[in-house]
Amino acid sequence: MAKSKSYFSNLDSLTVAIYVVCVLLGWINVYAAVYNPEVDTRFFDMSTNSGRQFIWIMCSVIIIIAILVIDYKFYDTFAFVIYGFVVFLCIIVIFIGANIKGSHSWFRIGDFTLQPAEFAKMATSLALAKYLSSPNATLNKTRDRIISAAIVLIPMIIILLEKETGVALVFVSFIIILYREGLPGIYPLVIIVGGFLAVLGLLIPPIYVTIILAVLSFGVYYFLPKYEQNIKNIIFIGMIFVAMSAIVFSVDFAVNKVLEPHQRKRIEILFNPDSDPRGDGYNVTQSKIAIGSGGFFGKGFLEGTQTKFDFVPEQSTDFIFCTIGEEYGFVGSLVVISLLIGLMLRIMFLADRQKSKFARVYGYCIVSIIFFHFLINIGMTIGLMPVVGIPLPFFSYGGSGLWSFTMMLFIFLKLDGQRGQLLSRY
Amino acid sequence: MQDQNRTIIIRGFFLFIALVYLCRLFYLQVIDNSYIEAAADNAIQKVVEIPFRGLIYDRNNKLIVSNAPVYDLYVTPKKLKNIDTLRFCNLFQITKEEYIEKVNEAKIYSYQRPSLFIRQLSVEDFAKVQDDLVDFQGFSFQTSAFRKYHSTGIANAVGYIGEISPKALEAEAENETEGYYKQGDYIGLSGIEKYYENYLRGIKGIKYIMKNSKGAEKGRYKNGELDVPSIPGKTLYSSIDLELQDLADSLMQNKVGSVVAIEPSTGEILSLVSAPSYDPRLLSGRNFRKTYGKLVMDLTRPLLNRPMQAHYRPGSSFKTIQSLVALQQGVISPSFTASHAGSPMACTHVHPVSNSIMEALKQSCNPYYYFVFRRFILDQNTQETNIFKRSALNLKLWDEMVAKFGIGKKLGVDLPSEVKGNLPDVDYYNKIYKGVNTWKFSNIYSLAIGEGEIDVSPMKMANVAAILANRGFYITPHIVKGVGQKGVIAKDFSVRKYVDIERRHFDVVADGMERMTEGKPIFPADLGICGKTGTSQNAKGKDHAIFICFAPKENPKIAVAVFVENGGFGISAAAPVASIMIEKYLKGKVERTALKNEIIARNFSNNVITQPLSGKSLPESKPIEAIVPKPNATIKKL
Repeated sequence: MAKSKSYFSNLDSLTVAIYVVCVLLGWINVYAAVYNPEVDTRFFDMSTNSGRQFIWIMCSVIIIIAILVIDYKFYDTFAFVIYGFVVFLCIIVIFIGANIKGSHSWFRIGDFTLQPAEFAKMATSLALAKYLSSPNATLNKTRDRIISAAIVLIPMIIILLEKETGVALVFVSFIIILYREGLPGIYPLVIIVGGFLAVLGLLIPPIYVTIILAVLSFGVYYFLPKYEQNIKNIIFIGMIFVAMSAIVFSVDFAVNKVLEPHQRKRIEILFNPDSDPRGDGYNVTQSKIAIGSGGFFGKGFLEGTQTKFDFVPEQSTDFIFCTIGEEYGFVGSLVVISLLIGLMLRIMFLADRQKSKFARVYGYCIVSIIFFHFLINIGMTIGLMPVVGIPLPFFSYGGSGLWSFTMMLFIFLKLDGQRGQLLSRY
Repeated sequence: MQDQNRTIIIRGFFLFIALVYLCRLFYLQVIDNSYIEAAADNAIQKVVEIPFRGLIYDRNNKLIVSNAPVYDLYVTPKKLKNIDTLRFCNLFQITKEEYIEKVNEAKIYSYQRPSLFIRQLSVEDFAKVQDDLVDFQGFSFQTSAFRKYHSTGIANAVGYIGEISPKALEAEAENETEGYYKQGDYIGLSGIEKYYENYLRGIKGIKYIMKNSKGAEKGRYKNGELDVPSIPGKTLYSSIDLELQDLADSLMQNKVGSVVAIEPSTGEILSLVSAPSYDPRLLSGRNFRKTYGKLVMDLTRPLLNRPMQAHYRPGSSFKTIQSLVALQQGVISPSFTASHAGSPMACTHVHPVSNSIMEALKQSCNPYYYFVFRRFILDQNTQETNIFKRSALNLKLWDEMVAKFGIGKKLGVDLPSEVKGNLPDVDYYNKIYKGVNTWKFSNIYSLAIGEGEIDVSPMKMANVAAILANRGFYITPHIVKGVGQKGVIAKDFSVRKYVDIERRHFDVVADGMERMTEGKPIFPADLGICGKTGTSQNAKGKDHAIFICFAPKENPKIAVAVFVENGGFGISAAAPVASIMIEKYLKGKVERTALKNEIIARNFSNNVITQPLSGKSLPESKPIEAIVPKPNATIKKL
């Protein structure tokens, strides 16, 4: 008894509390999303998503216990093994996985389906943490940068091959932890500036963007101090200009020539959601209507007409935020965003106090992943991000997603709970 | 140190994104209200409940118009499956092109919601196709109501309803009722249906129904708290006597013209016939468009409500008014005597010298009235020596008196499109003769016998008959004696309007009118008909026959005006119609069936020139101020 108590006693209670609140709120909203006023819908009805979500939550409890029982050194020691195993699963699922909506990323075991890609996020986090915590690793060295990139890109490319673009995109989030661990700021900056230019290039014809950039470049040079106005800086600014213009044109080219029509459509809709309100823009339009009609206090539990009457597709999974926005209004939205941001800040706080670099890097990995989900998922429901099928952590319906996030979070909490022992050992 | 900076940058970035999202959410949820509407649009369907239109009863509580169920066919494009279009088109008697066009229209509106496909299939039509409908998935029926007309003889008086025109819709949006009507709504287009539209239509209700994304109904929104129930239209109690109406209608078969019967003491219109007419049932339901087109093109203009809209010279029937104003002014006495000698107008027949006004009315002596009118215009105000000025002065006086009979102005009958007619006044002649004091009695004397520029509608002459019956007053003729319940009518319809002529003069004229009918076989003595014929000159063809009368002489119960276009003499074409009607109304039945059948068989419509002069092609609802025949056109013998 004493021993089992110690498994839980060192857990960070604030994080656990936020986790429990998020999962329960998620469950209630999954129920609201599937609620049908004509049928007596029960919370525990196993034929509905809310009933099944209850099972997933129960399983999560078992997973949590298992994680806490396992010795903390296991994750450190077997990080690469876990990584290798999950990558292996991700590869074989392409060949033996069930075909669900055109993607081969699901294992089917009886009535249950499991998506190894979801667990790749956790495995990659472990592997990256393991590698960066090795004594000689530093992101100042090109070799370490390449290996770190490889750890992230290998599962990402495999998942892309599974046609799970959404999950693959999540791996972009590792740039945050790499930046935290010393990758020069130019990398995330390039991604952000590149993204900004790409958006600009889609909004206005690339040639205009180029003209604006040229004017800006000239302006920058003109306002440089006299002694800086030399050939070297002309070339430097010129190269930046060329690079930026290249991004703009290549995005335009990519969108129009490389992307599949449905992907191109999703990007077009982001910038002009009303262009096709009944077709591909439907999800975004309906999602905005559901959220927007919630008002300040919302319509109340089970009172959301858009939710109840199925106007928003995928509303218990990717569009769960619509249900929250409609039934609990701006107050509900504020609570959910606060909970998730609070959770991320708390994990970062915990990570920063870690003595072990492994635990710290791992903590930042999962923050990065949670943030990316938060950014894309809520962003798409309010029309600020393209529609990418990734769930809202802890809220969305789905076993694989919930378990994956639960595992990631509780492995970190386990590591955090044991930090005192680390101190005593070294 | 670098580590710490970077953790702050990361935290800042996260918080920045959260803030951006919260701002966006605040905008979507709190500031921009359009999403609330959009959500309501999505899930809450506003269903307009069209109330039942008011019923119309006749004066004896017989139903004239009621509502019959009809079936509207709807199509839901998404549910369409393997339609045998050929069979479908045969079944519903539409062409394949129409079918394709309508289905495409429905698709544009919505794949999942039903669109109107065919409107108003009657119960009979519905029964025919009902069984076959199982084979046509995607088509469904909804019931609605349409007008059922229980009498075929009352088409023009009751009028018809039809879909509101885009023009009317636009005009309606601007007036007070502001947007009551929507496209596709029905509205009264003529007759009582039009005049009493605001009462008959009732008030639309609104039901809020929740629908899911597939368009399936999911119950009442907020349990119907916000629903507004519809209020059925008010029942109208018409003053029409349906039996008399149907009789009059049958009497006018094969003729072109009007019959108006009024109860003199109340001003209630007992019957109102416009011939030729149409079967109102053909303008009800889905035949509307086809039938309407045909009726509009028909050269005999069956859609023209002649009693209200057609206008003619009153001819000799006007001599009644002429006698009254002359007697009132004292320019003649009842025993005024005049022969044909010295009159520029000839008489229609040879008869003894009229030694009284009664005799003159009996003989309808044109020269007599020439002299009467001459006395009025030339022998008054003799202090004015200028004959032009004196003519104008006295015409003004004459106009004032005649106008009180409702001549030259709208009476205010509760039916649409009433014409004003014309009563020529001083200004009118000044205009024609291009200047003041350019004309005198010799230019206007055809007014003496109701010819020339004077112009009346059958309704006006029926009202004149009522004034004669009442010996000096009228109540504005009206066709509805109760809105919602009997007796509830506009105030104007219970006020006596006096013509300011003494009763004793009316008695003289009544005697003359009685004398006119005495001894003529078509006027049985026991009916006590007092009448006056008229023959309205018609430059384009045979003259129009006019007859006005009332009966019995004392305490008259009915006043009638009959106009038969191109019927020739009033006595032969118009008078028998009135006589039979009076028999029916006073005795309850018609015993002179032989005469009745003879009248029915008479055909004057052959005489009708395709553009009936009478109607003078008045555009509907836009009465022409006056028709200007050549001033004082050659007076025919009367």
